[in-house]
Amino acid sequence: MTPTQRLHRLLEPRLLHPGAWWLWALALAAAATRTTNPVVLLAVVAAAGTVVAARRSTAPWSRSFVAFVVAGGVLLVVRMAFAALVMDTAPGGTVLVRLPEVALPGWLAGVRLGGAVTAEGLLFALYQGLQLLAVLACVGAANALADPRRLLRSVPGAFYEVGVSLVVALTYAPRLVEDAVRVRAAQRLRGRPQPGLRGLARTAVPVLEGGLASSLDLAAAMDSRGFARAGDVPVRFRRATGLLVLAGLVGVAVGLFGLLGGNTLPASGAPVVALGVALALVGALLAGRRSRRTRYRPDPWTLPEWATVVCGLAAATVVLLAAARWPAAMDPVGRVPLVVPAAPWPVLAGLLVAAAPAVLTPAPPLPAAALRRPVGAVPAGAGA
Amino acid sequence: MIRLDRVTVTYPEADRPALDDVTLQVDEGELCLVVGPTGAGKSTLLRAVNGLVPHFTGGTLAGTVSVAGRDTRTHRPRDLADVVGLVMQDPSAGFVADVVEDELAFGMEWLGVPPAVMRRRVEETLDLLGLADLRSRPLGTLSGGQRQRVAIGAALTAHPRVLVLDEPTSALDPQGAEDVLAALQRLVHDLGLTVVIAEHRLERVVQYADQVVELTGQGRLRSGSPAQVMATCAIAPPVVELARLAGWQPPPLSVRDARRRADELRLRLPTPPAAGTGAADPQALPGDGPSELLAEVRELRLRYGPVPALHEVDLRLRAGEVLALMGRNGAGKSSLLGALVGLVRPQTGQVSVGGLDPRRTEPQTLVRAVGLVPQQPGDLLYATSVAAECAQADSDAGVPTGSTTRLLSKLAPEVPAEAHPRDLSEGQRLLLALAVVLTARPRLVLLDEPTRGLDYEAKRRLVGVLRDLAGAGHGVVLATHDVELVAEVATRVAVLAEGEVVADGPAADVLAASPAFAPQVAKILAPDPWLSVPQVAAALEMVG
Repeated sequence: MTPTQRLHRLLEPRLLHPGAWWLWALALAAAATRTTNPVVLLAVVAAAGTVVAARRSTAPWSRSFVAFVVAGGVLLVVRMAFAALVMDTAPGGTVLVRLPEVALPGWLAGVRLGGAVTAEGLLFALYQGLQLLAVLACVGAANALADPRRLLRSVPGAFYEVGVSLVVALTYAPRLVEDAVRVRAAQRLRGRPQPGLRGLARTAVPVLEGGLASSLDLAAAMDSRGFARAGDVPVRFRRATGLLVLAGLVGVAVGLFGLLGGNTLPASGAPVVALGVALALVGALLAGRRSRRTRYRPDPWTLPEWATVVCGLAAATVVLLAAARWPAAMDPVGRVPLVVPAAPWPVLAGLLVAAAPAVLTPAPPLPAAALRRPVGAVPAGAGA
Repeated sequence: MIRLDRVTVTYPEADRPALDDVTLQVDEGELCLVVGPTGAGKSTLLRAVNGLVPHFTGGTLAGTVSVAGRDTRTHRPRDLADVVGLVMQDPSAGFVADVVEDELAFGMEWLGVPPAVMRRRVEETLDLLGLADLRSRPLGTLSGGQRQRVAIGAALTAHPRVLVLDEPTSALDPQGAEDVLAALQRLVHDLGLTVVIAEHRLERVVQYADQVVELTGQGRLRSGSPAQVMATCAIAPPVVELARLAGWQPPPLSVRDARRRADELRLRLPTPPAAGTGAADPQALPGDGPSELLAEVRELRLRYGPVPALHEVDLRLRAGEVLALMGRNGAGKSSLLGALVGLVRPQTGQVSVGGLDPRRTEPQTLVRAVGLVPQQPGDLLYATSVAAECAQADSDAGVPTGSTTRLLSKLAPEVPAEAHPRDLSEGQRLLLALAVVLTARPRLVLLDEPTRGLDYEAKRRLVGVLRDLAGAGHGVVLATHDVELVAEVATRVAVLAEGEVVADGPAADVLAASPAFAPQVAKILAPDPWLSVPQVAAALEMVG
């Protein structure tokens, strides 16, 4: 196989492994939490948006990027409004307007209503709002690129049961909404006025009852299809691996909290995450080796997946290093006098790398490809 | 293959066993049909086969059930998953995955089938059941028939030796039902699969069965060859009832067998009523007539998002009419009913019911003009007992206390007042919902799929109720797939396809004209336009 052929095969349209997208997006989100420089933050949003525009599928959830960005925008506006009206004046005090102030009792120190609106206060609120927006955009990008349910499908064998339960729960919620709509329609048919708490109770009883009944049906169906058929794994072994995995996950969670939350837990961070991942992997591998369950068409993890993850991590590393090297430029909040924000060029280069998966990954398959079948392939059973 | 030896199943808090000292044997490669009235223990029998009874449902099981040599006492349902596939009544209740392909693979993954084999079996199953075009479709977007076939496929991929199906065709249109049954027959013939199937609509299945098991109530059971059981069975398809009427022994089970003997019966019958006698004026449009106009739909268009549901529908309905809306799943029947009660907003066009616009009328006023019994009658009910439900209906409708109870005792006298609506049988629940709707005395009564899950006895009672309603000057609209019900009760039939009315006219004309919608009696006695057994019986009586 020539290198060109190999490249073509790698870039053949398919859906990228959902894990790759989530790792990439989380790395980008971690980068966003380490800076309040508006230029860098906008570059993060742009990088996420570029990749989403290039690589999202046609599934219903692929529109979630815009929804997340809009939600971030709303939060940003709310935050700025609060800064203008309620929050204490920032140092520096370039007063833009002076609103009529409401006198508040002395124990409410640090809070005001009305009064001076400063340029610094507004700008800092804008920067912090932008940071939130960037993080939300990253999560939205992950959602748009990979259905979270597909991500659950590819969890390692050890927590597959948990994964299935989550998938079922995720399916159950929209079903409850459907049921509620149906039952409310039925209440109308009985000639009942709709609104009010009593109306809600009348909807809730049949909906919850129906939900319970269908959960039982689902459990019966899953049982008869062999769900959780234990292999010949001793109970103690299963418990031990489960505990290992759980401990690892807790480690990962604590570590990530430290990494993303900045300085709140200085002792935690990268080493704890690494330890947690190691523990969880060992547990999962041990459990997976004993499990007799097989996997139907698992999502492959090949070069494009690695490339995507590396791109995300590279951007995160660059931002992390830059935050240490140029603290003033990377974190302008609280620094007076105000300067025109500019971003160090290595950071922008790093974020350009973060946008690279837009071309480095295979394109998603066209929906028409599923419908375009050879004419002769009429299903045999249909005419029988 | 399946052996039940002196099996008694008793549920907790039940005063009598659901199955009482039952012995049954189903051999390999047999198609075994289980019939019986609702509540006779059909579901219990089916679920005992894969061990859900008693492992999942609780209760006690005495005696032994063994499948392929495995005793269900020592094997849980999941341990039997490789020999028994179960398809439940509501297929979507059992779906685990998002898309068709993953759903088909779910069971195999747990059985540890190697990936290459899994891939091959999924492809085979997709072809066998005609699902290839749907492989990557989300399950929520499938029609009823497609869902049923996916559920069967999901059970089949594990290559079970026994397939157990609980009313697989009850929600399907005639064509969808044919597809599913044809697929099942292929499995029995080609793969030697053992199939146990419970079904209310015997006319669809009985001719394919090798063995019929009749549950006679009180937990008792009788089994034998189809002809043997059908000769005396309390519930029988129209073809068998016609045979009893005509005195054919043993009774034919299929239309084809019956037609060979039908000449003699045709000679005995008087000249049939000429087709289309209802309309004195051949130029008259359906819905014209002297009686009061109850509802009018003009140029109704309706869409859900980008999906058109109804397209330029015109319909008029007069007092005393029983109109049956027919058409395949998703043809727009429920949407039309929804528009008549104001549940869905028409895009363009007008709907008027008793002079009211259902979208703009307060629910309290509207219930006096029109009432709908939805596809799941349980949606209407939320009280914790039948008596409380009746009292609530009285106060909702503003009628004297006890009105609903009196109505219910006419429709279904045996329904216990203290029972929880959830514990009633499907038929009883439907009649309770109907009583609740009728309490407000709406001139127009709409029923969406009323015979889903009803046995013949409950259906017979429903027919009587609907006839009385029409006789009392109500208008009735049924959306249904059940041609036999339509043949017995409808005065007029409208066929919907792709949201358009493609046929509308007197029942006899429309039903006889289409092979898909013709009831069994019409097929047997064609070309004479007889529709139902009671009609033939009345005619024979007249001749003497």
